[in-house]
Amino acid sequence: MRKTLAALSVFALALPAFAQDQVRIGVEGNYPPFSQVSPDGTLSGFDIDIANAVCAQMKADCTLVQQEWDGMIPALAANKFDMIVASMTITDERKKVVDFSDPYYDVPSRFIAAEGAFGGYSPEELAGKTIIVLRNSPRAQYLEATYPDSRILAVDREPAVYLELAAGRGDIAFGSSVVSAEAFLKQPEGEGFEQVGETLTLTDSVDGGVGIAMRKGDEALKTRVNEALAAIMQDGSYAKMAAQYFDFDITPPHARK
Amino acid sequence: MIDWTIVREMLPAFWHGLQMTLLLLVTSAVAGLLLSVPLSVARSARSPWARWPVFGFTFVIRGTPLLVQLFILYYGLPQFGVIRNSTLWPLLRDPWFCAWAAFTLNTTAYTTEIFAGAIRTTPAGEIEAARAMGLTRAQVFRDVFWPGAWRRALPQYGNEIIQLMHATALASTVTIVEILRVGRDVYTNYLKIPESFGMAAVFYLGLTLVLAGLFRLLERHFLRHLDPRASATPMPEPVKASAHA
Repeated sequence: MRKTLAALSVFALALPAFAQDQVRIGVEGNYPPFSQVSPDGTLSGFDIDIANAVCAQMKADCTLVQQEWDGMIPALAANKFDMIVASMTITDERKKVVDFSDPYYDVPSRFIAAEGAFGGYSPEELAGKTIIVLRNSPRAQYLEATYPDSRILAVDREPAVYLELAAGRGDIAFGSSVVSAEAFLKQPEGEGFEQVGETLTLTDSVDGGVGIAMRKGDEALKTRVNEALAAIMQDGSYAKMAAQYFDFDITPPHARK
Repeated sequence: MIDWTIVREMLPAFWHGLQMTLLLLVTSAVAGLLLSVPLSVARSARSPWARWPVFGFTFVIRGTPLLVQLFILYYGLPQFGVIRNSTLWPLLRDPWFCAWAAFTLNTTAYTTEIFAGAIRTTPAGEIEAARAMGLTRAQVFRDVFWPGAWRRALPQYGNEIIQLMHATALASTVTIVEILRVGRDVYTNYLKIPESFGMAAVFYLGLTLVLAGLFRLLERHFLRHLDPRASATPMPEPVKASAHA
């Protein structure tokens, strides 16, 4: 009996240490080439690679949890996972509810439409037109504030932005310059479409870009993640991973040499 | 525990969502009712040429999830250039029309089967008696056949409409901002369950109460002969008389 108790208490003591190295990561799967689900159900993409690399660097035992974009932060708050690696742009609003790591990439936004349909993207030119955008995203807020005379079709997944554009439900789409280029324009469905105007950076704060989100006050994890991110950027594995997906530099400004 | 400032702030949005839900419900329920009356007659007709196509339609619609039907209409059809260039495109381009069409098709299929079942249980004697009195076919349908079938179908039809109201939540998947979509937005922006899905649930419960009450009134009107209280309650006069004695 005493032995059992002793064994139990040892087990109980060991539990917290054991739990520390169990890290559950929320990922998305609807944001190619950052995250996508292949037909056989496996997750892949730049976000997934970053998640795995950070895990390996932290020597943590990681589980990837797939979660719809809409419920990402709520699921983190509800303790369904410990951090979010899902191309989440760092914004002031989100910073009120989660803590962010240092940015791990930075990609501007861009308009995209049928070839020759638009010369520019000023609010006057897009007045009365339907703009397609991802719901509850910084881009959607930007459109609402900057394009009050346009109709906005807010869809709930980034690929749906381009699906709807190709289907003709809107006149012009506003999305990630990388997602629209890699996952749409380079695909057969993207034929006859082009990016309109130059790229736009919506966040003007110094730590703009995309970060890993964690519950507020999870300082220990934040430090480990930031160290891991710095390490993979330094040893060249970040550049190697990025080169698999992009033919341009997506390193966040703060980490560029 | 409930943050009332969020509730108050989001009330106008929920109000708009409620209007959208009601609009979807009423328009698809009315269209479904109009379509299912002739279809249910065809469904219970003797001729296989009338019966089988309608059975095929209700079998396919009732055999597949409504969400799949909605996605086929909304995402599937625009993939064909023929459809994008057709005169129907201005309609199919509109998310609202796609949702309305999916809900209408769905409720038409279920309502057709409900009515067809009620028609099949029409006592043959009623029709024979009506014919014997020299009523025309149209008169038999209007005055004998349909009123009876409608009364038998009413309780089930009420359930179907309440289920249709709950099904309108699926419209939130195709960019339509109805009650559930407002709830999801509140959830995403404030991360609070009672103020988001809880509020949505309250609105749906309220709608269900209203619909159930409406159908209770309809049943009281049309099914008076089946209400035990209506026939068992003593008339006022005898009560008065016994009080005097």
